[in-house]
Amino acid sequence: MNPYLPILILMGIGAVLALGGVGASAIIGPKRYNRAKLDAYECGIEPTPHALGGGRLPIKYYLVAMTFIVFDIEVVFLYPWAVDFTTLATFGLVAMFAFLALITVPFVYEWRRGGFDWV
Amino acid sequence: MPEITAFEAPEIEWVALAPLLIVLGTGIVGVLVEAFVPARARRLTQIVLTLAALAGALVAVGVLWGMLQDTLTAQPGQEAALNPRVLGGTLFLTPFALGAQGIITILAILGVLVVADRTSTGEDAFAPTAAAVPGTHYEDLAREAGLRQTEIYPLLLFAAGGMMLFASTDDLIVMFIALEVLSLPLYVLCATARRRRLLSQEAAAKYFLLGAFASALFIFGVALIYGFGGMVVRGGNPDAIGVRLLEVSSASRNILSQGGSLPDGTAALYLAGVVLVVVGLLFKVGAVPFHAWTPDVYTGAPTPITGFMAAATKAAAVVALVQVLWRAGFGMAPDVVEQLQLAVVVIAVLTMAVGTVVGAVQTDVKRLLAYSSIAHAGFLVTGVVGFATVVDGGAAVSFVTPPEGQTIVAPDVIRGVLFYLLAYGVATVGAFGVVTLVRERSADGVILGEATDLAAWRGLGRRAPWLTAAFALFLLSMAGIPLTAGFVAKFGVFSAAVAAGYWWLAVLGVLASVVAVAFYVRVIVIMVMTPSNEETAAAAQGVVAVRDAGVPGSGAGLSGSGASGRGSADASAAPAGGAVEPAAPASGAVRTAAPEGGLATATVFGEEHEAKAEAAATDAVVVGSRGPAAVAVALCAAATLVLGLFPSLVLDLAEQATRYVP
Repeated sequence: MNPYLPILILMGIGAVLALGGVGASAIIGPKRYNRAKLDAYECGIEPTPHALGGGRLPIKYYLVAMTFIVFDIEVVFLYPWAVDFTTLATFGLVAMFAFLALITVPFVYEWRRGGFDWV
Repeated sequence: MPEITAFEAPEIEWVALAPLLIVLGTGIVGVLVEAFVPARARRLTQIVLTLAALAGALVAVGVLWGMLQDTLTAQPGQEAALNPRVLGGTLFLTPFALGAQGIITILAILGVLVVADRTSTGEDAFAPTAAAVPGTHYEDLAREAGLRQTEIYPLLLFAAGGMMLFASTDDLIVMFIALEVLSLPLYVLCATARRRRLLSQEAAAKYFLLGAFASALFIFGVALIYGFGGMVVRGGNPDAIGVRLLEVSSASRNILSQGGSLPDGTAALYLAGVVLVVVGLLFKVGAVPFHAWTPDVYTGAPTPITGFMAAATKAAAVVALVQVLWRAGFGMAPDVVEQLQLAVVVIAVLTMAVGTVVGAVQTDVKRLLAYSSIAHAGFLVTGVVGFATVVDGGAAVSFVTPPEGQTIVAPDVIRGVLFYLLAYGVATVGAFGVVTLVRERSADGVILGEATDLAAWRGLGRRAPWLTAAFALFLLSMAGIPLTAGFVAKFGVFSAAVAAGYWWLAVLGVLASVVAVAFYVRVIVIMVMTPSNEETAAAAQGVVAVRDAGVPGSGAGLSGSGASGRGSADASAAPAGGAVEPAAPASGAVRTAAPEGGLATATVFGEEHEAKAEAAATDAVVVGSRGPAAVAVALCAAATLVLGLFPSLVLDLAEQATRYVP
């Protein structure tokens, strides 16, 4: 058997699920449109600022996104370290704490410069 | 699947990492300074920290240089003073790489000095809050509140640290990380110009998009090389992970030199990977056809940043280019190396041609310097084509007949490239430093942004003789006039091309230099031999007054326009024919009034006729430096002269850099 065959099968299942889901809901789903449903969706933020109100957009959104990245990256590296904690021993511990200290720096910067003062 | 059974903590040569640790570590401290130091003291703290870090890194590079030379000249039994291969090549301190680190640090120090200057206007080149949407009330608020963006200093340190790592690693993944570490701060810095905010943000967006594209090509190439390495190297050694180029190419060379052949199709895989990596590097070098971003980004970015970027990024990228080409070529069949070399030759020719020809018609100083930097990228790549030449026992032989025993990358290439990068770098930082001081003035006397239109530079030589002299010196050095650093530098790279057997490329390079001389001298003529717009207008006014109303409407046409002579050479092509017509006789008046400058005026005006012909050209004013920029320009000028008059000082060091670390 070709070792790539399972990947091909997986891609096939993926395509069936994706297309099938969209297709089935288009055929059997009820269609009651309202304004909110027809809006463009962009992770909870208006994709274009309103013309009225001086083109304002909530800057908090980007702050949340960046704060999320700080913690996300932290966790991405903490999990594999936790799994191999004993093997990596002292070197791993020191390296990990150096990493944690470094990734706290942007967090501290954001905090001190008022990134969390939202009121 | 190999199983990881035991983990051994790697031995890290901290000493070899010292310059990088100092620069990047201080960058992190700089971020904390932003967080904890009160706003008043931030700027000074940052400047002192940044300069101290770079000076410290330079000292560390000097110490390492001595240790490395001791190691290379050590007798077999002697203990090595330094292991240049940190973590098996993650950081690989060849003397060439260390020399590049030194050059980048020097250029960064000069660049930071220009960045730090607030000039006599009390404003630096950076927006109070770069995040403000251009043209909104928020910008005014930020300006009135006296906000300052001191984050530029940590960003500069991160960029400089990335460049230093970029030039001194053998591991392509580390090189990719270094590429991002140097690029991301530069993308941000490009968007921070105080004036012409939209242009600045446009420059940043363009640089980011094209840079991301180039990075993608680079990492794609790395993936292909990894695939090749997996088939060739890791067939026998499953523990070796990573993409250390020298490791991969040595394994490939072992197979080739024993008369064996690589697995089917892998040679093409390897070549494709190397070409993609090289494309990513040529983008950073700014070589044609990957140069399109250069003029827009150099124009839009804050001028001090442009100077730093043009000088230091090029140094890092060219050194990385030489190392990648040589290390990759090491593991290729001779005929493949020759093809790769031919591709580099074609790029060198194209880059020189586009840089010099398009540069010759520019009317904006920053754009002109941008095209000049493209032309210099071409000259540098000319020096790189000898990458595949190796030396055996003092005699240069080509890869076509691989020598036995120790091989070193062509010393001419290393010597030529290092000297060129330093000479070009100081001239570039200095030239952009001068541009930051030459400003526009509004009608009511308020000093505005930089006067980048060349028309405003007329007669600058009389108003600011020293500044003009320095700028002329940098231009002459870039043109490669003898007794300046540029001449020795060009001689070096062209002789490297000749040593590699490409004498006709050197001839083309000399021809391109001659064309380039024309456009550098044109700027000097504008500054030194052309009367200023005010003088021209005054002279024309006087003569017209004497001749009374000889030409109907001439008085009206002249009084409003400082650049009455502008339309003279080619009045018919001017968009507003009626308005320009009265200027023609006025130009005749200029000739009688100022006979010594008249001829030059006519030719120069004709050339830059297309630039905003309807707007009146006002003379640029020179603002005083508060010290740092003046020091930087003076240092650059001194370096340009010293490198030109006594090149042996640096050439000896560059000679030491040609010792290859096995």
